[in-house]
Amino acid sequence: MTRLLRTLMMLMVMSLSGHLPAAIYEFSSPELQERFEELVYELRCPKCQNQNIADSNSPLASDLRDEVQRLLEDGYSDEAIRNHMTDRYGEFVLYKPQVNERTAILWFGPAAAVLTALIGLFWWLRVKARRDHVAAEAAPQVDEMDEQRLAELKRQAADYEVRRD
Amino acid sequence: MRKRILLFIPLLVFIILVVLFNAQMDTDPTQLDMARAGQPVPDFSLEALDEPTRTLNNADLPDQPYLINVWATWCPACRVEHPYLVDLKEKGINIVGLDYKDERDKAVAWLTDLGDPYSLVLFDKDGRLGLDLGVYGAPETYVVDSEGLLRYRHIGIVNEKVWQDILRPQLIEAGWKP
Repeated sequence: MTRLLRTLMMLMVMSLSGHLPAAIYEFSSPELQERFEELVYELRCPKCQNQNIADSNSPLASDLRDEVQRLLEDGYSDEAIRNHMTDRYGEFVLYKPQVNERTAILWFGPAAAVLTALIGLFWWLRVKARRDHVAAEAAPQVDEMDEQRLAELKRQAADYEVRRD
Repeated sequence: MRKRILLFIPLLVFIILVVLFNAQMDTDPTQLDMARAGQPVPDFSLEALDEPTRTLNNADLPDQPYLINVWATWCPACRVEHPYLVDLKEKGINIVGLDYKDERDKAVAWLTDLGDPYSLVLFDKDGRLGLDLGVYGAPETYVVDSEGLLRYRHIGIVNEKVWQDILRPQLIEAGWKP
């Protein structure tokens, strides 16, 4: 049983490592290799839309990896490579899109939603606090006259009970 | 009274969502905008499909509005649209073929068997021009104007409906005279 389990786990680990096509690329320097790995993780495959080009097995992703490798060896900067790709495939290829008019909602939408919710919550709490305050003000106050009257009534009630006994 | 109004908030949110989703219904997320719109056809130097010794470049492209059709023998949808491209050629439409990441023998045989709708076929074995154009699948059909600028890209097969509704108007806008 343990042996079977061990074999299965081994197979799982092996199948994981098999999904890293980016690992087979060779570079003239380890620094280029590092930049390559970062770039292929942040470039999106136009054909298989929910994968980056490191992850995808499509022929297009493989072409784009080759292109990134070629550009790196030609001395392109990361920024120049990103621009090279967006010139051809549009903003779509960037998993981390640039901040501009079209992508503003992606960048600031979530923060705006949270901010709106916080403002709403604050407003609601303030209204509620004010309402409670007003309610407390309006509640009848027990003043001295009332207390005397209450004491009088209690005494009468006690007398009444004594008399009934 | 104020409470009553608050009860309408879920309905309001629902209506907003319906409007948003409905607006997105007809947009196909697999159809990317053409990043090259309005730009010239990228520089290239490729062999002619039928003549390996003949090198073609931008100067060999037509100077009147034309279509660039990206195709390959490995692409089943290309076989579907092929007869219609032959029809278009007979109507006098100038189509330049871009044989994308293909094998030369198969491509030559394909044109011999199915007819050749192209005035010129560029053999893009490694997909270099394809990459520069932003091709991400075949078939794709580009509209180019007389200045050599890329005006429009159609993703998917060309048929009578696509021609009448999309490509013909685009080609006319690019300066083509029927």
